[in-house]
Amino acid sequence: MSDTTEALLRVEGITRAYPGVIANDDISFAIRPGEVHALLGENGAGKSTLVKIIYGLVRPDAGQMWFQGAPFHPADPSAARAAGVGMVFQHFSLFDALDVAENVALGMENAPPQRQLARSIREISQAYGLPLDPSRLVGELSAGERQRVEIVRCLLQNPKLLIMDEPTSVLTPQEVEILFRTLRKLAAEGTAILYISHKLEEIRALCEAATILRDGRVVDTCNPREKTARELAEMMVGGTLQQPARAKAPPGETVLELDIRTLPPALAFGTTLRDLSLSVRAGEILGIGGVAGNGQDELLAVLSGETRLPAQALKLSGIGIGRLGAERRRALGLLSAPEERLGHAAAPDMSLTENALLTGASRERLVSSGFIRWGRARAFARRIIQEFDVRTPGPATPARALSGGNLQKFVIGREVLQRPDVLVVNQPTWGVDAKAAAAIRQALMDLAAQGAAVVVISQDLDELMEIADRFAALNAGRLSPPRDMRELSLEAIGLMLGGAHDMEVAADDAVERTGEVISELVQPGAANEEPRP
Amino acid sequence: MDLSSINPIVLIASMMAAATPILLAATGELICEKSGVLNLGVEGMMITGAVCGFVVAAGTGNPWLGFAFAALAALAISLIFGIITQVLMANQVATGLGLTLFGLGLSALIGQGYQGVRPPRVPRIEIPYLSDIPVLGRILFSHDPMVHISLLLVVAVWVFLKFTRAGLILRAVGENHHAAHALGYRVVRVRLMAIAFGGAMAGLGGAYLSLVRVPQWTEGMTAGAGWIALALVVFAAWRPWRLLLGAYLFGGIVVLQLNLQAAGVRIPVEYLAMSPYLITILVLVIISSSRGRNALNAPGSLNRTYHASQ
Repeated sequence: MSDTTEALLRVEGITRAYPGVIANDDISFAIRPGEVHALLGENGAGKSTLVKIIYGLVRPDAGQMWFQGAPFHPADPSAARAAGVGMVFQHFSLFDALDVAENVALGMENAPPQRQLARSIREISQAYGLPLDPSRLVGELSAGERQRVEIVRCLLQNPKLLIMDEPTSVLTPQEVEILFRTLRKLAAEGTAILYISHKLEEIRALCEAATILRDGRVVDTCNPREKTARELAEMMVGGTLQQPARAKAPPGETVLELDIRTLPPALAFGTTLRDLSLSVRAGEILGIGGVAGNGQDELLAVLSGETRLPAQALKLSGIGIGRLGAERRRALGLLSAPEERLGHAAAPDMSLTENALLTGASRERLVSSGFIRWGRARAFARRIIQEFDVRTPGPATPARALSGGNLQKFVIGREVLQRPDVLVVNQPTWGVDAKAAAAIRQALMDLAAQGAAVVVISQDLDELMEIADRFAALNAGRLSPPRDMRELSLEAIGLMLGGAHDMEVAADDAVERTGEVISELVQPGAANEEPRP
Repeated sequence: MDLSSINPIVLIASMMAAATPILLAATGELICEKSGVLNLGVEGMMITGAVCGFVVAAGTGNPWLGFAFAALAALAISLIFGIITQVLMANQVATGLGLTLFGLGLSALIGQGYQGVRPPRVPRIEIPYLSDIPVLGRILFSHDPMVHISLLLVVAVWVFLKFTRAGLILRAVGENHHAAHALGYRVVRVRLMAIAFGGAMAGLGGAYLSLVRVPQWTEGMTAGAGWIALALVVFAAWRPWRLLLGAYLFGGIVVLQLNLQAAGVRIPVEYLAMSPYLITILVLVIISSSRGRNALNAPGSLNRTYHASQ
């Protein structure tokens, strides 16, 4: 590792404990100026705590940091920003109802007057190929544009170290390419970048050094370009990874048909669904790709029964069920699992038994003449925990206490074990670590192999390429005609997602260059491959 | 019935006076809600201000000391709410309702022995020349100073929210407290200050009732003004100018129904007396039914409990 004189940031012996868990245990590493350094690890490995310590949001219990050779112990984010550390957050730290300039001003120490600020935003965003209109409301921006706001906010302060926490999870391949170009340009100018991501192919494409964390400790360091994605994944997990495999069943009858003309959104900043029709056959997985905010939540609500439709707009085995609510649809065999685990798919403060009861009541006969059969409900919850390997003390644990991956396994398991005819899931593996994600995908494929129709709405193209039979792209509330996944080239998928429209100013050549980038990013089964030269 | 007895100029002038207490309280609540805190204790803070201002003004003979003390007293009990909801993270709705009940009870206790006492008069300021302008002079420039102060405060709040960095931080905290925390802003501190401002303004509004508008002390004299102020904030879609409009509209209906009663309109008094409240409900229903801009303008973190660890 580099010595103190040439390291931009050196971290030594950082330890931070929370009640019951040591998030960071004696962590040391260093970053040189202009280096793109990856921080790798599963959920709960301590990456977020570590970067929060560097950004001054959390104070370490022990350990030292040096920034540009001087001791560095930021008391709060403004101290870190003043020293030259910028951070782009995983869940964007933006304010929907404020405009771009106001959002930028909030992240700056000495924000200039709005008019002058607006001019600097335009200048710097053009210079880095990230065009932004300072007067637009952030709530109206796409995910990619919202991230630009965060990046521009950091860039305006000339950071020496830029921390990026899962920056690409909500971007299209085209947007990822633009981001990478910006990051490479910054690195060439001498800005160090600390890059956190689950996407190993991205890290291999972008980063020149990696520190791997597991259970709060540094377990390894490497040059990711010399490793395969599979090797990296196994370093993170500390074991071998099972690739999901699938027994193909011939597709059966069409079980679910949806046909919508226009449907205005129920919430502010929602998406209007237009001319949207889809059909799914028994035994197949329909993958619906697209960038967040293009109607995914609205589509799930339409299918789950949260949004009612005219009766014939949604047919289950030929019967119009558009008017029915979620509970009635469930009884008929149409089950769903929404994206937001806490608060939508599960009630955070209720126990796993109660959460199992909430959707399983009728199909699993957990209620009789209005009274809850607690014994059966507990047994059902225990069965989910067992069959889906949910790590938890027991069914009495509140949902909130589970980690993201474990709760997601519980939510998916709860629906799968009810033997649905049709299962609709939105972002089944969002923010879930590699092992849990593989288990969830395997469960969905097994379900389809048993003859159920499965609709997977996801922003993760790797996931869809891995499990879906047919693929359709959701863009601005419209769904492209579905196509056979095997026939689709990566370029075609990228163009179907249509993320390129509003990017033209930034990257007129993005579309041409998309191919190479996507093939870098979206390799089906890439984890099995040897490293490319 | 003799409608000609209603003088439009006097009507408008008295409308402004009738609107002032709710305008003051609603301006405070607007700031409070913009920071993401729903304080349902406005009624309780108002009546605490009413009785404390009255007692001090009657005791010292100085109404301005009364106003100052009313603001301080209401600020103090608003901080009880602030500590319970922001530091101890209790539910804001339940705590706010508790604050209202507490304020009503406390004021009845303090006010014992002050029923029927006459407070010192708040002088009306006749501004030379301006007050002599026909029509406008009578409407705009022959009020007690609190009417003008309340107008200035609305302007100040508008400037604060729209043009100052502190106002931007306040709006940011109300819009998304997790993001504000991640950027290093002190969510709890900003909110406590907003709650305190809301309390002080409610106290001023209450004191205006007991010292100028009525002017005497009777138990429960706010009679729902605090609730109207709360409704006005929603009516105004959290915008200071619409708040002003709404308060004067409500004040106008109150004064008009009094005038109609006096003019002997053949409608039972009870219907006239309930009309301002009915119209408020009606307007709120109409506004809330048109979604989009108005729903969008509600602070994103309003009434959400903030915990720094999430």
